[in-house]
Amino acid sequence: MTPAEMGAVHAESHAAHGGAGHPHAEEHRPVFTGAPRAELDALLSRYPTRMAALLPALWIVQRERGWVSEGAMAEVAQVLDLTPAYVKGVVTFYTMYHQHPVGRYFVQVCTTSPCGACGADDVVRAFLEHTGTRELGVTSPDGKFTVIEVECLGACGFATPVMVNDEFHESVTPDRVPDILSKLE
Amino acid sequence: MGFPHKTHPRETPVLSTHFGDSEARSLSGWRARGGYRALEQALGMAPADIVNVVKDSGLRGRGGAGFPTGLKWSFMKPGDGKPHYLCCNADESEPGTFKDREIMRWTPHSLIEGCAIASYAIGAEICYIYIRGEFTEPLQIVGAALDEAYRDGILGKNAMGTGKRVDVYIHKGAGAYICGEETALMNSIEGRRGNPRIKPPFPAVAGLFGQPTTINNVETLAAVPPILTNGAEWYKGMSLSSPKSTGTKLFSVCGNIARPGNYEVTMGFPFREFLHDICGGARPGHTLKAVIPGGSSVPIQTMQEADATLMDYEGFVATGSMLGSGGVIVFDDSVCMVRMIARLARFYAHESCAQCTQCREGTAWVTKILERIEHGSGTTADLDTLLELSENMTGKTICVLSDSCAAPIVSGIQKFRHEFEAHINGKRCPMRSAAAA
Ligand SMILES: Cc1cc2nc3c(=O)[nH]c(=O)nc-3n(C[C@H](O)[C@H](O)[C@H](O)COP(=O)(O)O)c2cc1C
Ligand code: SF4
Ligand code: FES
Repeated sequence: MTPAEMGAVHAESHAAHGGAGHPHAEEHRPVFTGAPRAELDALLSRYPTRMAALLPALWIVQRERGWVSEGAMAEVAQVLDLTPAYVKGVVTFYTMYHQHPVGRYFVQVCTTSPCGACGADDVVRAFLEHTGTRELGVTSPDGKFTVIEVECLGACGFATPVMVNDEFHESVTPDRVPDILSKLE
Repeated sequence: MGFPHKTHPRETPVLSTHFGDSEARSLSGWRARGGYRALEQALGMAPADIVNVVKDSGLRGRGGAGFPTGLKWSFMKPGDGKPHYLCCNADESEPGTFKDREIMRWTPHSLIEGCAIASYAIGAEICYIYIRGEFTEPLQIVGAALDEAYRDGILGKNAMGTGKRVDVYIHKGAGAYICGEETALMNSIEGRRGNPRIKPPFPAVAGLFGQPTTINNVETLAAVPPILTNGAEWYKGMSLSSPKSTGTKLFSVCGNIARPGNYEVTMGFPFREFLHDICGGARPGHTLKAVIPGGSSVPIQTMQEADATLMDYEGFVATGSMLGSGGVIVFDDSVCMVRMIARLARFYAHESCAQCTQCREGTAWVTKILERIEHGSGTTADLDTLLELSENMTGKTICVLSDSCAAPIVSGIQKFRHEFEAHINGKRCPMRSAAAA
């Protein structure tokens, strides 16, 4: 593959990640006004430092916007008296904060050994096929799905556990996959 | 209760009595089942007396290390003028372990009650329950139970009308196995990256926000109310074996087994009978091959070793492994041990916080080598390299994640060397070719 071709592939998967347009360059609309601001203020009363509200604040951002942009990191930094670089250092440590937009339905399948021993890889294949995403971490062309493999979800006796956004499905087998997907708008 | 299966007659349900009973989730339902009597009793006792009951009961930490709980609590010096904290470890990310999830899903008030009693006993006014972010259902259920407890005056500035402050808050994790390590968990609550801290200082001296802190696992704290209600002698009396391992233990069983689930037995129960009678043994047409009895971080056992084990802290050590978190992972003849071990190594490589060179580099290298062997391009020298790398990863790092990665590799090569050699000599995975044929 020539460097130019590699660039093209990269741009393509990048577009798939972000959907239409270039959301990274979008101007940041503040999250912490009104109700989210009040929610954060209530959270701050639970901790002796402002920094301790960082993980909860990032969760609020992700709930409101679907992901955590650089603009949002800067806003969180400002609200909690931190630096944007510090906030980014924390965001990048934790796997559940999305640093890019993801599909409307974010599918996480556990493939750690205990689930792997019970056929988790076949469940992953079924999701990739039926969502049309085909490749792990790549969003489907309609922006609906992103499928990833994750490490142990703490539900190993219910192999294979699958999370679709906040919804937890237990004991998923490949034949149940179309049914799970058909219930999603 | 062998959730999701019926309670087996040979189980001894204490913590799991109400698993599967959704009415036990509500405050009224919990009260109807005797809930919050232990807290009421505790708030009328001197904190030191509560610590003594827990000490006498012999309760040991259920998070993995098995440290005596009462002793840990006694490190918190009363009247030192500093704020004390309690952290409840509900990060449950150790592969094979899913017991804390059931405690939170079915009996959230048992945990809240345990947290409140422990807070009072160690002089903490604030307890944070650190729940992993993926546990959406436990987060919602424990959250709702906390709301009820606050509305009812059980928690807050004047807990149960005693004038004592007991606040319990949830702190939601965001995806990081390492945050189950106690000092990483504290960093994560403080709004930092989840890097473990160098010890000393130990948490009881300088923990969360630099203040004296105790950290306990969900199952440990949930065991406290029944111990207070029934007494230390009752708890000790349940053990079938060593006086150093008392009470009951929830074991999560997963992998290739007829009835995966959570089973509660008394310490010292024979492992062979546990696996075969209670969990149903192998699936039809298969035979069991190996067990990792205490979550993925402990040495693998052959079935011969497992069959000779009594299920308590000392018993698992005597047969070459550890009780750990009580997450029993079973493998049968349908799986390739090399593949299972390689995938576990990948887990640790993914979860290493990367502070220590031995761990960051070691977990990455053993993963690469194991995957190479699995795909048929390994050499016999690779096995020696793996053992050497494992040696360098053991006992040399800030936390034991690195040691945990080495444990299944070293024991795997020792006990299942023939499977590694079959990959190396046949230049492919023998099980895969069998499946393809
Ligand atoms: C890498 C690593 C991960 C851990 N994960 C957990 C966990 O998910 N839950 C837990 O309770 N303890 C976990 N522990 C053990 C804790 O550090 C700590 O020993 C425990 O929470 C203490 O509570 P206990 O005395 O009640 O067991 C982990 C330890 C290490 C080194
Ligand atoms: S051993 Fe690994 S996980 Fe633990 S502190 Fe060192 S680098 Fe981090
Ligand atoms: S290994 Fe899949 S949930 Fe634990």
